[in-house]
Amino acid sequence: MSGHDHGDDGVSRRKVLECMTWAGTGVLWTVTGGVPRSLGIIDSAQAATADAPGMTFLQISDSHVGFDKPANPNALGTLEEAVNKINAMPVKPSFMIHTGDITHLSKAAEFDNAERIISQTKLDVHYVPGEHDFIDEEVKFYRERYGRGTKGQGWYSFDAGGVHFIGLVNVVDLKAGGLGNLGAEQLAWLEDDLRGKSKSTPVVLFAHIPLWTVYPEWGWGTEDGGRALEYVKGFGSVTVLNGHIHQVMQKVEGNVTFHTARSTAFPQPAPGAAPSPGPMKVEDAKLRSMLGVASVNFKQNEQRLAIIDTPLQG
Amino acid sequence: MKTLNRRDFAVDLGLALAATILLPVTTARADDNMEVHIDNFVFQPAELKIKLGTTVTWMNRDDIPHTIVSAGKFRSKTLDTDDKFSFTFTNAGDYKYFCSLHPHMTGMIKVE
Repeated sequence: MSGHDHGDDGVSRRKVLECMTWAGTGVLWTVTGGVPRSLGIIDSAQAATADAPGMTFLQISDSHVGFDKPANPNALGTLEEAVNKINAMPVKPSFMIHTGDITHLSKAAEFDNAERIISQTKLDVHYVPGEHDFIDEEVKFYRERYGRGTKGQGWYSFDAGGVHFIGLVNVVDLKAGGLGNLGAEQLAWLEDDLRGKSKSTPVVLFAHIPLWTVYPEWGWGTEDGGRALEYVKGFGSVTVLNGHIHQVMQKVEGNVTFHTARSTAFPQPAPGAAPSPGPMKVEDAKLRSMLGVASVNFKQNEQRLAIIDTPLQG
Repeated sequence: MKTLNRRDFAVDLGLALAATILLPVTTARADDNMEVHIDNFVFQPAELKIKLGTTVTWMNRDDIPHTIVSAGKFRSKTLDTDDKFSFTFTNAGDYKYFCSLHPHMTGMIKVE
């Protein structure tokens, strides 16, 4: 799949669905006139980026550094491949967000290795934790590295390019039988954070587990995600960026665009397509085609989304 | 020796079948040592009836880490592939437990 299918004139719904079966190691976003538009990371994005004014940023997710099982014995290696692609971009993005599961087992060495590779982008990186980043005995390695200046379990907001970004944590204090969880304290903070913001301010919410219900049978959703979405209801442009499910999924609901990014480590099956959401075991030759790069292009007042997926290889 | 009621027998039979299918090396064992396997994000068996004093050992056979948590009762470390966690039940009652990383995974130990 290449960018030629996805010009500015949009893309058919069929093509979008087709592309959704593929995924990317990262997403390049640009903000033009205050509205985020995704351009795709690498090759197909470059032409567009070159003449696109405004701010661009990247999303990577689920690097699972430390994972060493089929189909990817070297998750650090594929993270490095993604970083090399980012570094090869002719226009440097303003910053990057990482939507969690930086590591596989929250080991100090895994965090250190991830940092060593990701820092080669020389970009500011705004992290939110995945459940794999909070499983060290004292639950301190993530917080020591990325918790500075954050509230509660690690949530925060910042402004860039006229967009209000909000990083949320939905991997803590999960309840038996339930889904991802934001919790009352974080929701109260979110409501307060948005209070007084002009409704014309574009808002980007990012968190690890999808804030929308993708597939509850596999825990792919957030119990109280709907509460968070209520707080952004009045805003003209809302973008929700998540990881966790290691594949691209999108939907648009009114003013809200939902998007999940691919993993840089291993693919996971489509909902219900396998007995469990465990890593998909694919042939070595096929792995990088499933760790391809993805981008999303969306415009205000348009329902259509254009997804550009470029495989890491093949 | 113990007497088996119909339900116990069914549970034991189910375990024996599961053991045969999933873990051929496991042989029939005394009641003071029981196993629960994690395969495909599922606790097997999902419900286990045991006698007081029985030790239950969970083993993670997935490629993804899991935990065993029963609120206020016991909590395992994170179990990577093939890691085990054991707990000896010294009080009768129903012990609901789940994986704190994947909370849709739930199980139950009934201690009589």
